[in-house]
Amino acid sequence: MDDALFANVDWQEIAQATLDTLLMLGGSLAASVLLGLPLGVLLFLTGRRQLLEQRAVHLALSFLVNVLRSVPFIILLIVMIPFTVTLVGTSLGVAGAIPPLVIGTAPFFARLVETALREVDRGILEACQAMGATTRQVVTGALLPEALPGIVAGITVTAIALVSYTAMAGVIGAGGLGDLAVRFGYQRFQTDVMVVTVALLLVLVQVLQMVGDRIVAKVSRR
Amino acid sequence: MITFRSVSKAYGEGAARTTALHPLDLDISAGEVFGIIGHSGAGKSTLIRLINGIERASGGSLVVDGEDVTTLDDDRLRALRRRIGMIFQHFNLLSSKTVAANVAFPLRLAGGLDRAAIDARVAALLERVGLSAHAGKYPSQLSGGQKQRVGIARALACDPKVLLCDEATSALDPQTTASVLHLLAELNRELGLTIVLITHEMDVVRRVCDRVAVLDAGRLVESGAVADVFLHPRHATTRRFVLESEHVDEGERGEDLARADGRIVRLTFRGEATYAPLLGRVARASGVDFNILSGRIDRIKDTPYGQLTLAFSGGDVDAALRELGAADVTVEVVR
Ligand SMILES: Nc1ncnc2c1ncn2[C@@H]1O[C@H](COP(=O)(O)OP(=O)(O)O)[C@@H](O)[C@H]1O
Ligand SMILES: [Mg+2]
Repeated sequence: MDDALFANVDWQEIAQATLDTLLMLGGSLAASVLLGLPLGVLLFLTGRRQLLEQRAVHLALSFLVNVLRSVPFIILLIVMIPFTVTLVGTSLGVAGAIPPLVIGTAPFFARLVETALREVDRGILEACQAMGATTRQVVTGALLPEALPGIVAGITVTAIALVSYTAMAGVIGAGGLGDLAVRFGYQRFQTDVMVVTVALLLVLVQVLQMVGDRIVAKVSRR
Repeated sequence: MITFRSVSKAYGEGAARTTALHPLDLDISAGEVFGIIGHSGAGKSTLIRLINGIERASGGSLVVDGEDVTTLDDDRLRALRRRIGMIFQHFNLLSSKTVAANVAFPLRLAGGLDRAAIDARVAALLERVGLSAHAGKYPSQLSGGQKQRVGIARALACDPKVLLCDEATSALDPQTTASVLHLLAELNRELGLTIVLITHEMDVVRRVCDRVAVLDAGRLVESGAVADVFLHPRHATTRRFVLESEHVDEGERGEDLARADGRIVRLTFRGEATYAPLLGRVARASGVDFNILSGRIDRIKDTPYGQLTLAFSGGDVDAALRELGAADVTVEVVR
């Protein structure tokens, strides 16, 4: 039956592509959060009238983030190739795709973190200060827990943005579902392959959004 | 306990510089409830934040519990803050933590106590503010009054000597305000806690404070024992606060007085004199008639007082006033 309806679909290849997409997504999401979270916290803390107000540092970080966010991802993919090779040994496959994906999304996530932290009531920070908390204690004990729903929502948005970025990473031979959709579905007019891959990407995005929303609801106490 | 010497505070730099507090002197003694009253923008929050160093003074010296806040380094300042509790108008509880975890928070910050000791201390504090049954709830599940009680328990966690209250009852309804003020008065009595309370309501001052200072546009314009300031306000701002608390319109009162005949006199009774059947006796003896224009009998903290504005006519008014004056009644001739 499959053969009749999806004549061009190589299920083995689809399975491999799905796995590649999940690996790229998981790896780059983890690294983006690991890099973007501290960057977002730093952006927030060095901002105007915040705990570590540092105008110069804030402006420098903010500029760096803006530069990285204004470079079109497709260009980032290509200009990063030499750097990627020195970092992970190859610019191809899943491993080669992760560094540009991270550089492309970590600054975006950092901004989402900064925004989530700004939503935290200033009065809570004043109360922490009044209790004699150090800046580190304010961040770990109050700021991050209070902003957790916003941060989780930011992770969800970032993960979904990464899904479409992984498709573009096909251009530099990264593999994955998006790559299949472009190479077979678009370039060779194998519509059935495109339908299957896009459907799988849709399911992935739906699941990410749903899981993200569930977690946000669970950690929201307001 | 707290001594301000020419303490001033300005925000901003250069052209944007605004003076929030002009140089002021203030002494707050250990164990008293000290009120600071002022309109919005008068500099109350600035003043109270100077005490625990959340704002740094621009000039002068400010000694709290033996240490000059204006010169302390960060570590010493944090140590001092642990000896000063603070509660807020909007409670400022951590919404992500339970009631018990909120109260435990300052203990965890301070370190030095193990889990069991923290749990025991939290249980005792919640018991003290009457919230034992709500330990596992989140702040969003509590009423305003309950939230402020959590705030108070949290502020008391590290056994402070001083409690700072920044408009702590301004977001509460009158009944809840009364119960929170009652709790503060109890804590002051039982723990010998020094309380600095800022507010824009004279009623709050009247109910719990021993002394009060009036702040107007960054200047201290009047201060003294609550009974003196409340019953005999001198500065225009203070008078307005007192009238506001009596729900009297200044203009209307003026018209009422203008319409009355005879000698207009304000009598102030304090303590036991409030309950003595003095007025009738004096009126009979001197043959004067009196007409009550306005009056109020209430309490300042624990002391009853009465204040009557009367129009005297006929008989020997001077003799009546002399006799009232001799009987521990403050007599002020209004007209
Ligand atoms: N962080 C700040 N930066 C600049 N101006 C401030 C700041 N905090 C307060 N002010 C100004 O100082 C004055 C006193 O404010 P505040 O102490 O909050 O008054 P209150 O608590 O009596 O309403 C106001 O004019 C206010 O605008
Ligand atoms: Mg204020």
